[in-house]
Amino acid sequence: MAVELAADRLHARGSSGAAGLIEQTLAVARRSAVRTLRQRGLLIFPLIFPLLLFGINGSALSPATRIPGFPTHHYRDFLIAMPFIQGAMFVAITAGVDLARDIESGFLNRLALTPLRTEAMLVGQLGGAFVLGVVQAIVYLLVGFATGVTLVAGVGGALVLLSLSILIAFAFASLGGLLALRLGTGEAIQGIFPLLFVTLFLSSSSLPRNLIKIDWFKQIATYNPVSYLLEGIRSLVIKGWDGQALALGFGFAMALLVIAVGLSAPAMRSRLARA
Amino acid sequence: MTGAAAIEAEQLVREFRKGPRAVDGIDLTVSPGEIYGFLGPNGAGKSTTVHMLTTLLPPTSGTARVGGHDIVHEGAQVRASIGAALQEAALDAILTGREHLLLQATLQGLPSDERQRRSNQLLERVGLTEAADRRVGGYSGGMKRRLDLALALVHSPRILFLDEPTTGLDPQSRAALWQEVERLAHDEGMTVFLTTQYLEEADALADRIGIIDHGHIVAEGTPAQLKAEIGSPSVEVTPCDESAGDRVAELLSRFGEMHRNGRGTVTVQLPGGETQLAEIVRILDQAGVRVETLQLHQPSLDDVFLAKTGRKLEGAGEENETDAQPPAGRRGRRRRGG
Amino acid sequence: MRRFLSVTRGVAWRSIHNTIVNPAILVPSIVFPLFFLVAFAGGLSRISDVPNFHYKPGYTAFQFVFVFLQSAAFGGVFTGFGIARDFDSGFARRLMLSAPRRSGIIAGYAVGALMRWVITGTVVTIAALIAGMNVSGNGVQLVGLIGLGIIMNLVAALWACGIAMFTRTEQAGALIQMPVFLLLFLAPVFVPINLLTSWIHDVANLNPVTAVLEAGRGLLAGSPIKVALAFGLLAGAAALMAVFARRGLASAERAG
Repeated sequence: MAVELAADRLHARGSSGAAGLIEQTLAVARRSAVRTLRQRGLLIFPLIFPLLLFGINGSALSPATRIPGFPTHHYRDFLIAMPFIQGAMFVAITAGVDLARDIESGFLNRLALTPLRTEAMLVGQLGGAFVLGVVQAIVYLLVGFATGVTLVAGVGGALVLLSLSILIAFAFASLGGLLALRLGTGEAIQGIFPLLFVTLFLSSSSLPRNLIKIDWFKQIATYNPVSYLLEGIRSLVIKGWDGQALALGFGFAMALLVIAVGLSAPAMRSRLARA
Repeated sequence: MTGAAAIEAEQLVREFRKGPRAVDGIDLTVSPGEIYGFLGPNGAGKSTTVHMLTTLLPPTSGTARVGGHDIVHEGAQVRASIGAALQEAALDAILTGREHLLLQATLQGLPSDERQRRSNQLLERVGLTEAADRRVGGYSGGMKRRLDLALALVHSPRILFLDEPTTGLDPQSRAALWQEVERLAHDEGMTVFLTTQYLEEADALADRIGIIDHGHIVAEGTPAQLKAEIGSPSVEVTPCDESAGDRVAELLSRFGEMHRNGRGTVTVQLPGGETQLAEIVRILDQAGVRVETLQLHQPSLDDVFLAKTGRKLEGAGEENETDAQPPAGRRGRRRRGG
Repeated sequence: MRRFLSVTRGVAWRSIHNTIVNPAILVPSIVFPLFFLVAFAGGLSRISDVPNFHYKPGYTAFQFVFVFLQSAAFGGVFTGFGIARDFDSGFARRLMLSAPRRSGIIAGYAVGALMRWVITGTVVTIAALIAGMNVSGNGVQLVGLIGLGIIMNLVAALWACGIAMFTRTEQAGALIQMPVFLLLFLAPVFVPINLLTSWIHDVANLNPVTAVLEAGRGLLAGSPIKVALAFGLLAGAAALMAVFARRGLASAERAG
């Protein structure tokens, strides 16, 4: 009897409405962020590897600036956008593997037995991505500055660049989450990882689209949304305030986020046994 | 919930695509405050049954009510009234024990001022206060199981599901868990649905036992009732002098059916129960028969399983296909939400 | 010798068999080099318009040599992952117990790596030819290019073998891969060395892979340069890595 009343009281005071949703989202996000911060390998490798490539390719491809029509004299100014996208791809894998681990271990079942709402889980699990996205963006930008990159758009541009790169990290993290919900295992997600990098290289990551010689490659780069993500970031560095490039960059990032979250919702609902 | 059953299932069935019928028409009723032991070998359908009753898996057909709520149409209400410690401990190795409890408390909707208090209370109850701020990855198997139990109790549920809670635990941890389960049921009036493949666990803990095999309940009752169905206890007497075997047989023939074994040993059934043992000892003593060994044999649940299925419980699991469990974070076809 | 060869044959057979029946292993080892060929030769072909970029057969051939040798190197590296996995699973202990001549285990893995690379190298070559790669070298020169690839594959396989046997865990994957990756990419990958500037020019100058790359490109172009140096460097590296791998084996034997 005492047990009954206690339980009823607890649930009467339990989560309901928007306040409850926010609290649940924050609880899940906190867990995601804590997990990410405690796995140093997740922080270090995604930071170092893109910067390594930036350092090497920044010098190895510097002769490209002598191609007639190349938009800048400093190749690093062109290339700096690449680590942000590569970093976002690492975030996708991290988010996906984390969620897949929860599925494989049965932790998601544990969460399913609580009043946790699908929306809270979908958004909250991006908490780790937020942490990674912020850390990476700041580090890449600082390293860029240290190696001589100059931001034509100035301080305001740096803030917009950080916002765009964090949004891109969120979008890729949602994609990672969607893959986890569909595939269910960390191994499968690790297997998908190379495909993400394929999309990065089949873009305007190393040369501007108008300077790509091979027609079919130029076509692929033109249709590849990753090109617009790169160009959005790059425009702030090389051109300043290019409304079209920024609109396309933010637009494609938002579209990826919305599509990934939209497709994830029914999959998450199914995994969480929700009415 | 006075009067109404805590758990009731009627013709519950679960079929998997390209798989066997893991649960094939289960009927059961569990009274409030009862410890119900669900005993069976690996692959019998125990965990599948638990997954359905805890709303993690929709049934293919049949109905069930847990805490007075339908498992298919009132899933949220069912989940609010139950706690579950499933077969996989399902813990996050990177979080600490305390962080697990705080997360669970938040998600269960406990007010913020109660979360810390409740977490501390449960940590103390399961003996994890000292390890509370260590990462779960460093916990032993027994510690993980205790944390699992604590997490299931955060919101003070009325009904607790324990799916093979002591598998892989050392005897000390097992005994501690048994003690806690008994306390929850007898002191707090919690209904406990316990699945196990261990005879002694069901025998020691359960008020009533349902024995499941190949998705069916093959026997149900209290441990004593089940064993009594099979037969009475027997006593085996070996005299010091083999030649006294005839005399022993003559003295004990009045009690029940008798068998003669080697070395003068006599085994006699006791239809009157083990209370007849004292009389046997008195009669042998009065007759001056010197006894080398005297052993009382009780029918076991294994004997019950053997009688009902033709197989011993221990070892039956190897013959079964593995329990057709859904993957963690199950994907099932749903009749309706819930 | 007979026992050595029988162990080599057994280990090599298992390595090749597991690759063929497991597409998850074979497909990436073919797809990645193809992808690099497409990305570099296709996406960066405009680089050949840089003033003073001189390579007669064209940019596709220029990149093909890098991808060809890179696939050889990474073919060897992936062998190390397999060895490390064998230690983690306990299968390596079975090999050590059964093999009468344990150095045959190293040779077997190396032969397995080479056989896998034959498949990859063939596919990459065919893809480059379909893409219109110009080949100016004669038969002997092309055999020389293949020879460079074979020894590159051997060097990488022995390196990976050594690391895997010293560490005996899959966690050493990054340690196996990173040095090879750095050596390859700190060479004239995208442009000839005369077009590199600043620190990367200095590093590439000192990097032995540069000589191998240039020799390979020269052989394909029919204008061989630094061939003896390239083969000498690779032979020396192979000898060094053979000792390293043998020491790794000894370390694994001591660990039991």
